[in-house]
Amino acid sequence: MPDWFTLSAEEQTAVLLSLKVALWATCASLPFGVAAAYALARGQFWGRPLLDGVVHLPLILPPVVTGYALLLLFGRSGPVGAFLAEQFGVVFAFRWTGAALACAIMGFPLMVRAIRLSLEAVDTRLEEAAGTLGAPPLWVFATVTLPLILPGVAAGMILSFARAMGEFGATITFVSNIPGETQTLPSAIYTFTQVPGGDAQALRLTLIAVALSLSALLVSNALSRRIARGIGQGT
Amino acid sequence: MSLSVDIRHRQGDFRLEARFESAGRLTALFGRSGAGKSSLVAMIAGLTRPDRGHIAVDGEPLVDTERRLFVPVHRRRVGYVFQEGRLFPHLTVRRNLLYGRWFTPERERYTSLDDVVDLLGIGNLLNRSPARLSGGEKQRVAIGRALLASPRLLLMDEPLAALDEARKAEILPYIERLRDEIGLPIVYVSHSVAEVARLATTVVTMADGRVTAVGRPSDVLSRPDLAPGADEAEAGAVLKAVIQSHDDTFGLTALSAAGGTLTVPRLHRPLGTPVRVRVRARDVMLAVDEPHGLSALNVLKATIHEIGEPHGPVVEVRLGAGEAELTARLTRRSVSALALAPGREVYAVIKSIAFDEANLSLAPHYSDSADAAADTGQ
Repeated sequence: MPDWFTLSAEEQTAVLLSLKVALWATCASLPFGVAAAYALARGQFWGRPLLDGVVHLPLILPPVVTGYALLLLFGRSGPVGAFLAEQFGVVFAFRWTGAALACAIMGFPLMVRAIRLSLEAVDTRLEEAAGTLGAPPLWVFATVTLPLILPGVAAGMILSFARAMGEFGATITFVSNIPGETQTLPSAIYTFTQVPGGDAQALRLTLIAVALSLSALLVSNALSRRIARGIGQGT
Repeated sequence: MSLSVDIRHRQGDFRLEARFESAGRLTALFGRSGAGKSSLVAMIAGLTRPDRGHIAVDGEPLVDTERRLFVPVHRRRVGYVFQEGRLFPHLTVRRNLLYGRWFTPERERYTSLDDVVDLLGIGNLLNRSPARLSGGEKQRVAIGRALLASPRLLLMDEPLAALDEARKAEILPYIERLRDEIGLPIVYVSHSVAEVARLATTVVTMADGRVTAVGRPSDVLSRPDLAPGADEAEAGAVLKAVIQSHDDTFGLTALSAAGGTLTVPRLHRPLGTPVRVRVRARDVMLAVDEPHGLSALNVLKATIHEIGEPHGPVVEVRLGAGEAELTARLTRRSVSALALAPGREVYAVIKSIAFDEANLSLAPHYSDSADAAADTGQ
């Protein structure tokens, strides 16, 4: 009978690392997600369909392909990776930061979609009204648009977080499966299923993954209800 | 305040070519829906950019396409009250009111939250969410919000159109107070003769994207050809009058108007108060002999000036009663049976109860000279 309630050090590391990677991936991609959603929802420029395609690419490409592309671009000898390492000392290859980058990219389309939908639902006449009261465009965005799209932003963040918690293919291709550095929850589960006698550990981590995802979903629902009430759209 | 507009704009099939100047305290843009009034106001606010032309307030240009000048909406200090209020749903009434306050430099602010709350009677609403306000309350808050940004010109785009009669009656006095107490110049878009007659000091009529007339309400509104947006049943004339005496026994007030004495339902205002009376054409009857044994209290001696083009069974007859001009809406059959013709002396009969609250209002405190400065740009 395995001990169901005590996590081994290895398992603990994987869970904590997954949470850290997912949090970073979600928070760091948020400003880009809002900007991309705004450009797609409101922008009038010739490259818009192209941007739309690029943002959605990770959703339709096999994750391995995305991971390999990241490796080519952000690897030590990749053009972007080499530049960042030289100029800022930021290294992605085979680091947890790389895992976060891979998770951010994979969750990006989900985040952008959610924010874009809520942006398209915003009554632009309210923004016009704010302009006639003297508010400059950035202020209008911060005080009118942003509060009104908060439910969408929250939904986008949760989706991106959940996607990051489950991300496997791109991560393992880009940064491999190094315990303590890049071995996230799914990678750990995969590893345990590959060794004899690892079934119990794999099952335990699977249950943890289910619990984490479920609570993320519940929190997100509760959060959007609260925000919706706050902006007078709920009942 | 002076407002000068001369623009050309094309939006799909619709062409807007408007040119007028107004120095009026409350300039009403008046015409049918789709005449281009709202498009024009959106250009004054800076929400849309005209293809060509210029708009200036007090000589300061807001748009001048020749000089490639376009002042962005948030730098214009032109307030805007929208038909649907457009209150921010995520802010309380108080925070809605204060939204625009910080964008106006302190020395240019001419009003405070307390004053605006007093003026509009919205003190008990401050902590509510806009979703929990009635239509009339929303509109008062929207007016207050625009005022607190201390604009130098206030645009009101059909602010009463979405409200029922009772709510309209609730808001109108507040708009009169803006015009008279704060002295804020207002551009007021409407297709309601009653509102325009009650509020305007200058009327600009529009039809099919063009300005058809600019002038005083008493001149413009009595010409049916120039008030094309007018609901047919609402067309009529506007007379200036002064309260002469009250009759408390019967609940009546006698007005001394240009055309003679008018008896109307009791007005609770002191003697000598100037008022504006709108006489709807459909409320005026004509008699060729002095009528006797009549229940109607108002009989004015008048001369027929003009008999209009008949439309269907109906003809408008324009009359002069002293210095006042009236319009009577009659059937073609009556015109022919009484042999009415220009120059003929007649008696115009108006029932006192035809003057309901919507047709009687306090005259704006404006001098005729300021009014006359609103000359046409045609």
